[in-house]
Amino acid sequence: MENLGSLAILLAFCFSIYAIAGSIVGKLKSKPFLVISAERAVYVIWFLLTFASACLVYALMTGDFRLAYVASHTNRDMPLAYKFAAWWGGQEGSLLFWAWILSTYSAVVIYTNRTRFRDMMPYVTATLMVTQCFFLLLISSIAMPFKVLAVGREVIGVPDGNGLNPLLQYWAMAIHPPMLYLGYVGFIVPFAFAMGSLITRQPGDAWIHTTRRWTLITWGFQSAGILLGAGWAYAVLGWGGYWAWDPVENASLLPWITATAFLHSVMMQEKKGMMKVWNMVLITATYLLCIFGTFLTRSGVVSSVHAFAQSPIGMYFVTFLTIQIAATAYLILDRLDYLKSEARLESVVSRESSFLFNNLILLASCFAVLWGTLFPVISEAVTGEKISVGEPFFNRVNIPIGLFLLFLTGVGPLIAWRRSSLESLRRAFLWPLIAGFATAAILLAAGVHHFYALMSFGLSVFVTWTIGSEFLKGSQAIRAKTRRNWLAAMVELTHRNTRRYGGYIVHMGIVLMFIGFTGAAFNHDTTAEVKVGDEMRLGHYQMKISEVSEGRTSNYEWHRASVEVYRDGSHLGTLHPERRFFMSSQQGTSEVSIRRRLNEDLYLNFAGMSQDNQRAVIQAYVFPLVSWIWIGTLVLFLGTVVCLIPSKQRLQYARTEVLGMVDTNVPVRP
Amino acid sequence: MKTYTKFAVLIVAVIGTLVWLAMGGINESSTYYKEIAELEHMGDQAMGKRLRVGGDVEPGSILRDGRQVHFVLTQENHRLRVVYEGSDPLPDTFRDRAQALADGKMGSDGVFRASKIQAKCASKYEAQPGTAPASRAPASS
Repeated sequence: MENLGSLAILLAFCFSIYAIAGSIVGKLKSKPFLVISAERAVYVIWFLLTFASACLVYALMTGDFRLAYVASHTNRDMPLAYKFAAWWGGQEGSLLFWAWILSTYSAVVIYTNRTRFRDMMPYVTATLMVTQCFFLLLISSIAMPFKVLAVGREVIGVPDGNGLNPLLQYWAMAIHPPMLYLGYVGFIVPFAFAMGSLITRQPGDAWIHTTRRWTLITWGFQSAGILLGAGWAYAVLGWGGYWAWDPVENASLLPWITATAFLHSVMMQEKKGMMKVWNMVLITATYLLCIFGTFLTRSGVVSSVHAFAQSPIGMYFVTFLTIQIAATAYLILDRLDYLKSEARLESVVSRESSFLFNNLILLASCFAVLWGTLFPVISEAVTGEKISVGEPFFNRVNIPIGLFLLFLTGVGPLIAWRRSSLESLRRAFLWPLIAGFATAAILLAAGVHHFYALMSFGLSVFVTWTIGSEFLKGSQAIRAKTRRNWLAAMVELTHRNTRRYGGYIVHMGIVLMFIGFTGAAFNHDTTAEVKVGDEMRLGHYQMKISEVSEGRTSNYEWHRASVEVYRDGSHLGTLHPERRFFMSSQQGTSEVSIRRRLNEDLYLNFAGMSQDNQRAVIQAYVFPLVSWIWIGTLVLFLGTVVCLIPSKQRLQYARTEVLGMVDTNVPVRP
Repeated sequence: MKTYTKFAVLIVAVIGTLVWLAMGGINESSTYYKEIAELEHMGDQAMGKRLRVGGDVEPGSILRDGRQVHFVLTQENHRLRVVYEGSDPLPDTFRDRAQALADGKMGSDGVFRASKIQAKCASKYEAQPGTAPASRAPASS
């Protein structure tokens, strides 16, 4: 079994080399059959990797403890779903998973574009396969998923495995890595298209529409992945945080930021033919940051709670990254004439300008996060001392950036292209601004003195107002014409221009998330050692411990407290924070109990038993508004899906029509 | 050209503000990584600086005392007594033999006062000797 799996990986590696060579040689020598055969090789790689993955998953599910990977990531009593999730639970398996997703994406790209972009597809295939080849090299030579446990020349098995880290045995954690990988890996596709178009000097914008679509899809996955991770941290780690600026978290955020910047600035290219070099740089940066993020997670360069074990894998990544940076930099510089801008900036107060600042600020944030993450490495190289920077650094830089972005979210969509008159500004922004300031004033009067919180709430109202008025104005026009009700008119409006209104929905999701983030300014907590019958207080909550019970399952032992929660004398319900101790990994975890409400969450953590084993240590937290982050996430995801639905009316851009791309007009249909 | 000057001024202003904020953030939160042996060398110099020390938790050394947690970090025969006085609960991965990172300051009594602990558990199988790479798949299969 393990031999077949390894063989499949090796064969896939050979096929990836063939696909690179075949597509490039086929293109240069004008031999279409070679190009086609290279594309078929991509399908073969998908079958081989699917087979290899199936072998690994089968071994995990059946508990084949002769395999090192199986022994260190599963144990007999683990639920089946988590045995499956162990596929991406460790270094080797997750690399195989990475490669498998990439092969799936590649196969989909090649299938959906089998009749389009014939002149640049060979390069797209080659770019995809270079990355594929690199990852297959890793799993076939240094991080082998099918390594067997052996003493001397004899293969041995162990009776039971280590088990998956119990912290990871949680539903959001089981799907968080796949989501994140779908995002991470997906960014290779836009990069491949960018490289293809650059090499062949693609005329027109057809490729950029395809690229934009792919970026949007992967951006959606990446957002969902990051926020699932945040939701997991909140519900599992027991301290109620969802973001700690850990290097690995940052690694997932970096490509997300550049991709966000790209999704905005690409509109400048589509509508005005501007910022072409910039967009090329953004796509490349996003891709490189994905590889860099994978490297950061796996090499142990920076210490992190998430990091996999230290391994020699780092050097391979550094080499690969260096080569790629050099190659893309050369390509872009060599083809600057192809990327020439078709228009100039005309005014500081214009849509173009708002995009420019949006990009500037996003990039600044990306740079700050990267700088902070690599600070220990940089400082060690420069001063010889390893110095790290913590949360205060990241927050100080990124909170103002976030608020400025929130402001632009409100301004950008309403401001005119090219230049805006003072009169039109007044018409568009007077009432939203008044509403925003009024909100801040009311909150100030109500006793909120936190400056950033006031700004954040004020801006949230400002942006909500601008987005709301856009929807109302548009749907009112439709209502007047067609006599439909409000809801139907709004759906119709959105359907007519899904990109625009989908974008607004995404922005609304961001606003809701900001409201949730701002709640963190008002967190409070308390810790108490209690026994049955004791009471504790936090804010306006009274908590009474009614029972402390214990027991065991085949997988873990548990202690559970039952806490009756009251507010102003009325009973709100019972919470059951639990402490688990996993036998196979000899590790304890907390199952926190959360009373989730829209205004605030009450969050109880059973931190353990006191020294004398008589009392339970209970930590209670109140997290205001935190639910809005998760609601915002759903809205954001919905908006992304809306953006991907083709508009009812075909968008017409004068600029693209001139070039007469026949079947690849906007928007591209799948 | 005037428009471009305006853009330049605005961009410089934005970047300038951010750099200023970043500098403040770096000063406020920079932490020095030190080995336990280095700390012993530094003596009094270590006091007052924000430090991060890594090591393995000595088995049996964890002692809970109210909200304080005492333990000993070891690294190549060097030992460091640590007392954790932070408000967050200790990570679940923090236990005997775990690799831990402690953030805090050196006390004058030679006990390291940590305000934050990160921990990663050592895996059972990774250190096991004799793990040979899987035999390369034979052609006959």
